[in-house]
Amino acid sequence: MSSEDPSRPIGRRSGQLLFALGFVILSALLLSQITEQTKWAAKTKFFAQPRFWPAVSLAGMVLFGGLHLWRLPRRRYARADGQEARIWLASLEYALWFLAYVWLVPLAGYLPTTLVFMPLMVWRLGYRDRRMLWISAGLGFAIVVLFKSLLHVRIPGGAIYEYLPGAMRNFFILNF
Amino acid sequence: MDLLLSSLDILARWDVALALLVGSVGGVLIGAIPGVGPAVAIAILLPATFSMDPIVGLTVLLGIYGSSMYGGAIPAILINTPGTAVNALTTYDGFPMTTRGEARRALSLAYSASFFGGIFSVICLILFAPVLAKIAPMFGSREIFLAALLGIILVVTAHRGQTLIAAALACLGIFINTIGLEPVKYSKRYTFDQSYLSSGINLIVVVLGLFALSQAFFLLQGEDEKTRITKLKGGLFQGLRELGRHPRVAAVSASFGVVMGMIPGVGEFTAQFMSYTYAQKSSKRPQDFGHGSSEGLIAAETSNNAVPAAAMVPLLALGIPGEALTAMMLSVFYVHNVVPGPQLFQNQMDFVMALYLALLILNVMVLVFLLFATNQLIKVVKIPNRFLGVCVLTLSFVGVYSLRNSATDCVIATVFGVLGFVLKRLSLPVVPIILGMVLGGIMEVKLRAGMARVKTPFDFIDRPIAMILFLVILGVLALHIRRVWLDHKLIKEARWSTKHSSTRFGAHLLRRKNFISTERGKTVRARRSTLSHRSTDKD
Repeated sequence: MSSEDPSRPIGRRSGQLLFALGFVILSALLLSQITEQTKWAAKTKFFAQPRFWPAVSLAGMVLFGGLHLWRLPRRRYARADGQEARIWLASLEYALWFLAYVWLVPLAGYLPTTLVFMPLMVWRLGYRDRRMLWISAGLGFAIVVLFKSLLHVRIPGGAIYEYLPGAMRNFFILNF
Repeated sequence: MDLLLSSLDILARWDVALALLVGSVGGVLIGAIPGVGPAVAIAILLPATFSMDPIVGLTVLLGIYGSSMYGGAIPAILINTPGTAVNALTTYDGFPMTTRGEARRALSLAYSASFFGGIFSVICLILFAPVLAKIAPMFGSREIFLAALLGIILVVTAHRGQTLIAAALACLGIFINTIGLEPVKYSKRYTFDQSYLSSGINLIVVVLGLFALSQAFFLLQGEDEKTRITKLKGGLFQGLRELGRHPRVAAVSASFGVVMGMIPGVGEFTAQFMSYTYAQKSSKRPQDFGHGSSEGLIAAETSNNAVPAAAMVPLLALGIPGEALTAMMLSVFYVHNVVPGPQLFQNQMDFVMALYLALLILNVMVLVFLLFATNQLIKVVKIPNRFLGVCVLTLSFVGVYSLRNSATDCVIATVFGVLGFVLKRLSLPVVPIILGMVLGGIMEVKLRAGMARVKTPFDFIDRPIAMILFLVILGVLALHIRRVWLDHKLIKEARWSTKHSSTRFGAHLLRRKNFISTERGKTVRARRSTLSHRSTDKD
């Protein structure tokens, strides 16, 4: 394994090794599945084969990913790589927040979920100022009105709206 | 003249006028907020534009694309933070002008230069459109395949120092595009027997993940920055007069923007670099560049604003997007069954002209808006980054979920969001993935169609345009290999120059001989020492 080469900067050093290694391993695994996951059609030209483009792209991923790994300035694991990986994992928290929001909207409705989600998230980020919480709730309301009520973007009405009385139910399903 | 009138007729609608207003003002606002950028905004708004008429939807997106760079100049000049990535060069001369108390002059010059760049490129393209309409039909399947291949190669080679990973990520984009049912034989490719993968991975889901969600995660993970803004006093009209004193720099920079914008995969950065270098070399005061030179600011802003109109050329004429933003716009065309390409230029020239006219009007609207509203607008710079992250996350939901009301799409977008976050952390490029997806799909279809009509591989390039494109591809690859070789030589020379010993080949050989003989001597002595028994005699 080579020592660090300072002459070729490629951005943040820590984490490059883990990413390149993961990329090559995943590409190689996908390439190994090519006979299972694609078909070779009889009486079909080589360039029109269903397997042709997956093979070209995966071979490219393995080749260029491998060369990138080989040309990395540092190919020895360092403690900083682990620290960087922890930051990547920390982003999963926000991914989970997003997925929880996605899960709740069809149940609790777009407007109620957004009115709770935005101030809650702002609170989680450490903004304890009451003004910020109100601004976030107001912004949530504005987003719902703009996209659902005015632009009629396709977002289903919440299951909770079924419990509302007749005309109000329809109004909420259509607009909020 | 008839063409112009019919194009104006397309635009003369209240919803198009509203789209122009929303696009221009929204684009300036988005550009002025560091950390959002036009890619995030366009990605979020894409599904919302699907329910609009093609001209209305495209006008909104073009408005954001064309006006965001105007807005991006504001934080670049006032707080040394570019609003959009392409405003990075504006900070070189814009911020030094602010530090010496000339913020108003810098802003007004940036607006005037951007306006000139935008108008110049649109006028060039309107004049150039009849020529394009004649050339575009000469592009058949083979030529479009070769142009798409050239686009991918240019995108990859444009990432200097990161070519290998850019190529790997472009291949990843091509691979993602192949997932699902193959369109001719209907055989499954990499679906792993999962029904949600049978229809493939939607481009917009990937775009929203890689641009919007990843940016949200990035902002949420970061820290808020405290900003101090200089108050502006007086009007902003003096820039137009000052721009008039540098017509050569402005014209050349705008020309670079137009030419570079038309080449797929090249875009704003190359145009800016070339214009800035030209302006510095031809200036009477080259030492001022980087320290608040008005010519430097004009070069940077004129060239980047000349690109958006020009970038529409490969998209409209050939159906080949040259960068991520035009790749996103391609999906708007597909949703409305408007197929960009040679047929569009032949049959719907008035639509193409209407888009150019919309860009022209947009530039005027943005300039007027900025001249009067800059003082109010600069307040958006103060929005805390992490709060912005919450907004982007909430808005991303609209983009992904409204597409098909599918939670699976949201999960896939989240996976790409995390991938985009990792790439952002490592300063690795995201654009090759998107262009790989779009151009990969085009290449697959066009290669299949093109190869069906040829007997030998040489027949593929036996038409003049195909041959020219093939030679250009070879030329680009040769130039890239030469550049890599020269870089390698430079690195080697730099290493040698830090050594104290002679770099002559003879001296190198002598040192090698000495080293080998010393090593050899050590081995021989070690072997002999094991053969000779240690004496145990005590006397």
